[in-house]
Amino acid sequence: MSSRALRQPLSLRLTSNIFLAFWCIVAIFPIFWITVMSFKSPVDAFDGNALNVIFGPATLANGKGISLLDIILGIGVIWGTIALVTKKMPGMIKAYSKEGQEWFGWVIGILAAVVAFLIVFFVILPAILSILNPLFGPLGRDILGLTTEHYKTVWIDRGFSNNFKNSLIVTTGVVVLSLSVGTLAGYGLARSGSTLAFWLLIVALIFRALPPSALVASYLPVFISSSEWLAPILGENAPTLYGKPFAVIAVLVAINQPFTIWMLRSFFQNIPAELDEAARVDGCNHFQAFRRVIMPVMWPGVITTGLFSFLLAYNDILVTSLLLDAQNQTMVPAIVGMFNRETTTTDQVVAVAAAVSITAPLIFLVLIFQRQIVSGLTAGAVKG
Amino acid sequence: MNFRTFAAFVGPSVFMMLLFIAFPLISVFKQSFYVTQPIYETVEVETCTPGFLTQTCVTETVSQPQLDEEGKVIMQTQYVGLESYRNVLEPERAWRAISEGSWNVLSTINFWKALRFTLTFTLITLPLVIVCGLGIAVLINNAAQAIKGPVIFISLLPFIITPVIGVLSVNWLFRGDGILTALLEWWLNRDIALFAQAWTIEVLMMLYRVWHVAPFAAIVFYAGLQTVNQDSLESAVIDGATRWQRMKYIVIPHLMPLIIFVSMIHLMDSYRVFEEIVGFASQGYVISLQWLTYDFLVPDQAGNRSISRASASAMLTMIGIAILLIFPLRRTWRDHKGGH
Repeated sequence: MSSRALRQPLSLRLTSNIFLAFWCIVAIFPIFWITVMSFKSPVDAFDGNALNVIFGPATLANGKGISLLDIILGIGVIWGTIALVTKKMPGMIKAYSKEGQEWFGWVIGILAAVVAFLIVFFVILPAILSILNPLFGPLGRDILGLTTEHYKTVWIDRGFSNNFKNSLIVTTGVVVLSLSVGTLAGYGLARSGSTLAFWLLIVALIFRALPPSALVASYLPVFISSSEWLAPILGENAPTLYGKPFAVIAVLVAINQPFTIWMLRSFFQNIPAELDEAARVDGCNHFQAFRRVIMPVMWPGVITTGLFSFLLAYNDILVTSLLLDAQNQTMVPAIVGMFNRETTTTDQVVAVAAAVSITAPLIFLVLIFQRQIVSGLTAGAVKG
Repeated sequence: MNFRTFAAFVGPSVFMMLLFIAFPLISVFKQSFYVTQPIYETVEVETCTPGFLTQTCVTETVSQPQLDEEGKVIMQTQYVGLESYRNVLEPERAWRAISEGSWNVLSTINFWKALRFTLTFTLITLPLVIVCGLGIAVLINNAAQAIKGPVIFISLLPFIITPVIGVLSVNWLFRGDGILTALLEWWLNRDIALFAQAWTIEVLMMLYRVWHVAPFAAIVFYAGLQTVNQDSLESAVIDGATRWQRMKYIVIPHLMPLIIFVSMIHLMDSYRVFEEIVGFASQGYVISLQWLTYDFLVPDQAGNRSISRASASAMLTMIGIAILLIFPLRRTWRDHKGGH
C-alpha cells in the first residue's frame, strides 16, 4: 500500500497473515499428506496418529529408513541441483547454443540436468552413504521410516509405465492438434468483426457447457461398430475406433476446442491489429501476415493455452475410461481402477504412490509456468 | 478480412466441432428414441439327465438371442418413442411419490436422486466458492510483496491437481481411520463413520469442490483487485468510510463482472459434477446427473451398454444446461447489440 491513508494497523495485518498461512496449510495439506503416506509401510500410512505417519515406526522396524546424515546430504544434493540449474544453466546454454536455437539448448540442458540428478541421487549418493553411515555413529542411525517400495511396485510390477506411455501419447496429441487448429481459428475470430464470428463464439460457449458424457453416449456405438461402416471406404483394414488413442485425441481436441478458441482469441485481441495491417501494406496476404508477423509474438498466449489443453487431456477420466480399452488405458482411470479394486491396505498405499507419481509433474508445471497459468486464468475474465 | 480468408482460418476448428460436438448432439437426440437390442426368440429346450432305466427329461421354454450364420447375435434397432425417457424418469412412481409427499420414495429413483444432489451441490458450493475466493484474494493482496509469489504458487496447487486425484487424496485423509477422521473423533470424543451415510459424503464432496475451485476464483479476483482505483479508496477513507464500507461500496462493485464470470464458470462446471462420485466411490449413496449417464454407458455384467437410456438421461441433463445458459447468453447478446 503506497498511500499513508490506506495503511493498515498492525493487528489487522497480523490477522490477515495468520489467515493466509491457514489457507496455505489447507491448500497444501492433502497433497503433502499423500506424499508422506506413499513412502510408508501400510501400517504407518493409515495410522490414526499423525506422528506415526510422519516418522513411520513400523516402516523403520522393517529396516527401511533413513538417517540424519542421509537427510542432510539428500537435501544438499537437491538444493545444489536447483542452484546449479537456476544460476549456472542459463548462462551456459546461452554460451554454447547457436543464435536462435536456444530452445534446443534448453531441452538438452534440462535433460542432462535430470539424468545427472537421477544418477547422483539414486546411484552415487546411496553408495557413498552406505560407507559413511556406519562411521558417524548416532548421526548415521536410521531415524525416519521411509521406503520407496510402493513406487517400485507401481511402476515396475503393475505396469504403470504402460499407462504413462498412453497418457503421454494422448496428451501430446491433444496439445499439438488443438493448438494448431485453435491458433488459426482464434486469430480468425479475433480479427474478424463479422456477425458470423460472433455467432461462432456463442455456439462455442454453448458447447463449452455440454457434459462430455452426453457426447460419449453418441461416440460409443459409432466407434465400436466403426470397422463395419468404414469398410466401404477403407476396405479390409478399416479400424475399430474404440480403444484407439488417436480417436480419443480427436475427441478430446474437439471437446477442448471451444475453450481453446475463446482463450486464444482473447490473447490475439491483445496483439495490436496495426501489426498485421502494416504487414498487409508491405504486401503480405493474411496468411503471410499471420506466419511472419503474428506467430513470432504470439508464443506467450500459445504456451498458456497449451498448458490448459495439457491439463484437460492429462486430467480427463470420463472420455478416456469409456473410449479406451484396458491395454491403452491412461493413468487417471488406471489409478481409479487400482483404488476401487484393491482391498488390502498395501494395495491402497500402492494406489497412493501412483497418485503422487502423477501429481508430481503437475507441481513442476506450476513451478515453471506459474506466470503463464495466472495470465491464462485471468485472460478470459478481465477482458470480458 | 473477407469471408473466404475467415473461413480458411476457422475452417479446421469448425469442422472438428461440427463432427465431434454438433453432429453427436443430434445423434444422441435421435438415439434416445431408439433401442438397439438383440432379437430374442423363445425356444423349447429339452434337457435330459441320465437316470436309472430311463433318462429324466425336462422341457422348458427359454428366451435366447437369435444368432446369424456366423454365430453372432443379431441386433435390431427399433423406434420406441419416449420409452427410454420413461425408463429414466419413471414418471408414475415419481408422481405417486410427489403426491404422497414422500421424499424417500422419490429418492429411490436414480434420476431424481441425481438431480437433487446435482442441484444442491451446485447451489451450495457457488456462494462458498465466491466468498472463499474473495477472502483469499484480499488476503493475498494484503500480504507483503515478497511472499505473494510463493503464496500464489501454493494456492494454485489445489486447482491444478487432477480432480480425481484430489478427491482421492481427500478420501484417504478421511477413509476408515484416516488422519482427519481420527482428529475429528478425538475432538468430538465420539465414533465417526463419514462414509456410512449420504450427507457426510455430500459435505466432504462440497468441501473438496470449494478447495479445488476457490484458488481459481481467488486468482481472478486478485487480478481484479490490482485495478481498483486507489484514488476513490483514498477519498472514501477521507469521507470516513470504514474498511467494510469501502469493501462493500467500492471493491465489490468493481469486481462484479468478475464475480459473475466466476459464477458462470462454476455453475457450468459443478453442474457436470462427476469426479467426486468416482473418487469417493459413493455410487451407493450419492450420484450425480453426469455420473448417471456414465453409468448407463459402462458395460454391465453381460457386456451390454444401455446407450439409449444414456442418451435419454444426457438429453434430460442438457435441459438444465439450457436453463443455466439463458442468462449469460442474453447478456452477451445485449453487449453485442450495444457494441455495434
